[in-house]
Amino acid sequence: MSRLRVELPGLDLKNPIMPASGCFGFGREYSQFYSLDQLGAIMVKATTHEPRFGNPTPRVAETTSGMLNAIGLQNPGLERVMVEELPWLSKFDVPIIANVAGSTIEDYVTVAEEISTAENVHALELNISCPNVKEGGLAFGTVPETAYEVTKAVKEVSSVPVYVKLSPNVTDIVQMAKVVERAGADGLTMINTLLGMRIDLKTGKPILANGAGGLSGPAIKPVAIRMIHQVSQQVNIPIIGMGGVQSAEDVIEYFLAGASAVAVGTANFVDPFTCPTIIDALPALLDELGVHHISELTGRSWKTEWNLQSSSH
Amino acid sequence: MKQLKTELVSQKEIAASIYEAVVFHKEIDESFQPGQFVHVKTGFGSDPLLRRPISICHVEPSKHELTMIYRAEGKGTKVLAEMVPGVEVDLLGPLGNGFPVEKTMEGETALLVGGGIGVPPLYYLSQELTKRGVNVKHVHGFQTSSVVFYEEKFKAYGPVTITTADGTYGEEGFVTNQLDMNADYLFACGPSPMLKALENYQAKKGVYLSLEQRMGCGIGACLACVCHVQGDETGFAYRKVCSDGPVFQAGEVVL
Repeated sequence: MSRLRVELPGLDLKNPIMPASGCFGFGREYSQFYSLDQLGAIMVKATTHEPRFGNPTPRVAETTSGMLNAIGLQNPGLERVMVEELPWLSKFDVPIIANVAGSTIEDYVTVAEEISTAENVHALELNISCPNVKEGGLAFGTVPETAYEVTKAVKEVSSVPVYVKLSPNVTDIVQMAKVVERAGADGLTMINTLLGMRIDLKTGKPILANGAGGLSGPAIKPVAIRMIHQVSQQVNIPIIGMGGVQSAEDVIEYFLAGASAVAVGTANFVDPFTCPTIIDALPALLDELGVHHISELTGRSWKTEWNLQSSSH
Repeated sequence: MKQLKTELVSQKEIAASIYEAVVFHKEIDESFQPGQFVHVKTGFGSDPLLRRPISICHVEPSKHELTMIYRAEGKGTKVLAEMVPGVEVDLLGPLGNGFPVEKTMEGETALLVGGGIGVPPLYYLSQELTKRGVNVKHVHGFQTSSVVFYEEKFKAYGPVTITTADGTYGEEGFVTNQLDMNADYLFACGPSPMLKALENYQAKKGVYLSLEQRMGCGIGACLACVCHVQGDETGFAYRKVCSDGPVFQAGEVVL
């Protein structure tokens, strides 16, 4: 068995590296650079029941080692994703994780029920953490009761395992993780972006037309690592980690924190080859660390038996 | 589109905070068209993080060189301005759709209108139009005399009228006061108030405007740089400035 192969609910990944939702569209653009077959999986752009135009521009602003975005879940809507985007992706040998968003529980249920029937969709990522839409999104991800309700409702209709994407914009992320686990989530993906803002000195106003936006990029990696370290010790479902991943070293850090697979977001914009470069670099890095299979690293930062082992050497 | 690790051949400040950089890579060739852009990584670490979209000012296919002119204003372009010849400059390109040079015919007239840092892509355009036998005229607007550049270079292809907002060089005022109303084509690149003012120019064959917008990926994936489509009643139709543009025919998108 390949030392990078990872099995998670619904997902048999040839490697644990995948582009994160919203940073890769539906793959068409990046397929001009490399074959998408190389990827472990693809988390495609959030899909809502109806098409959405999203927010006015400017929608992005750079920050120190990061960026803010307020795209606003622009997408062509469920029907076109089913008819055009997912069939196009089926020519690649790569499982799709469909990111599902909505303004009401009914929206989530409608999208989840249908999109989970697509042949190449092997799992859903329930987006209850988008900070850039007025209703829905983050509203579901910051209140435990609604997070429970929407997860449970989607689980009932989905034909594939459901991963819930957690927001870092909460007081107690462990509580949120436990709540969605109890509601039946098969896995977690974390973290979504952190709410932030930049103000233009010339105009005196926020740069983003939406005012606030979601912070991503290397700047947020320590926040994600800390949260995964906490959550992975408190739940029994796997975590796909994300936030500022740029290199194979970053991927290892995520595994040590407690992740079982890792998604790459903003780095795709900086270097379109980030995912294949990381995949290529991982085996040599595992050799360096004296690790045979990447899954051995999951949670090592807090597993006491590993501390004992390492100190006895 | 490709990712090219180019070599910086030369770089100099040609007007106040306006830099001209020439890069070399063996894959820089005729496929780089006027009006397209390159997405440039400035510096080597994660700060600044994102690439900067910079228009293509000129391409010398035989030498595999590309010239870009930019204003060192924000963090990224200031870092780029510090880079010295010999260093690697990582760029994605050519990106987007440029000006429809192939539509023009020998003997036709084209008016090229540039505003500030929107002037550079018109240089490559002017050269290519001239090669086809199109008669070109230029009207370029700048804020003030210290930021005027490339006047002599453009003169090699056709007459040049310069305007400055403060009247310190050329004609005082804006480009819109200096337009010849008989051109077959109008091609423009500049700030959006200028493009709006030019949108209703009555060229006989077509008006093409190059837009500017903050970008993320530069290749059409992130949807940061979208604009609405004129006449679209659903509100859902859109164009991406990076991959559908940056050049659009006047009337296609909402400016």
